[in-house]
Amino acid sequence: MTAVAFAIVRLRNLFTIVMLMGVFSLLSAVLYVLLSAVDVAFTEAAVGAGVSTLLVLGTIALTSERGDYTPEKFKVMPLLIVVLTGAVLIFGTLDMPLYGDPDAPANRHVVPRYIEKSGAEIGVPNIVTSILASYRGFDTLGEVVVIFTAAVGVLILLGRGHNRWRPGMRTGVGAKREEEEV
Amino acid sequence: MNSHSILRVVAKFMIPFIFLYALYVQFHGDFGPGGGFQAGVIFAVGFILYALIYGIDEARRVLPATLTRILLSLGVLLYAGVGGLGIILGGNFLNYSVLSSVPVSGQHLGIFLIEFGVGTTVAVTMITIFFIFAGQDR
Repeated sequence: MTAVAFAIVRLRNLFTIVMLMGVFSLLSAVLYVLLSAVDVAFTEAAVGAGVSTLLVLGTIALTSERGDYTPEKFKVMPLLIVVLTGAVLIFGTLDMPLYGDPDAPANRHVVPRYIEKSGAEIGVPNIVTSILASYRGFDTLGEVVVIFTAAVGVLILLGRGHNRWRPGMRTGVGAKREEEEV
Repeated sequence: MNSHSILRVVAKFMIPFIFLYALYVQFHGDFGPGGGFQAGVIFAVGFILYALIYGIDEARRVLPATLTRILLSLGVLLYAGVGGLGIILGGNFLNYSVLSSVPVSGQHLGIFLIEFGVGTTVAVTMITIFFIFAGQDR
């Protein structure tokens, strides 16, 4: 994954970068499977490696395959800040409980209750589904609204529907292009 | 892509299986990994593949803009509606136990319905975004 990340930073061909980002997503999905988070891995593989790659490819098809790149001089200060921040973050992980530690705070709060009671309360074998859809139903509703908002935003910005309040006017980028052609 | 007959045939062969897999992920989410989000994305991929091979106009004939816009909001409304139904039937918002006389089967029904709402909205969102992006160069 680190090698892929470095390749993404160094390369200049956008098409290759998009493909490598898909590879990166797929590798993260493998990582999630190794951590026994199959639901998350599934989402990562479907959304991260699949659809986002497609959407970004669609965007590249609209713009250009090569990015603008101006070589810059090597600067010491940014590198120093990045290394320092990384060191602080790594120092912070030293105090974290071991992975899978049953006494870790994250595993002692509501997790035992979900594992013990969700079978009787919800009756769904997949605990992830019962947490996502029932215990945290309000969260998931918010997520759906976020996705809905994304679609509405794209529709408003780029959609080419007729403008109801100004008959004959078309909205969006397509309309501008048509005006230019005229 | 009218000339790529191999692509056309293979895509035509694969699309039903993609839809079938999406439906499996959607309705099997209670028992294994999966659920509305993943199923919606896979379902959208079926349509996107169709649009890639046969062209946006052809895909828009299958799924007109009006239909996608209606379905887009229907998914959210179904989710929120199930939540509201909980209030009407005397429970809290998004408490599915009151949907049926047996709390557990009420939960089953509620999760089934909201996952369906999630799947619809996610699928149509992906399709809408792709169609609009891909339709810009015309």
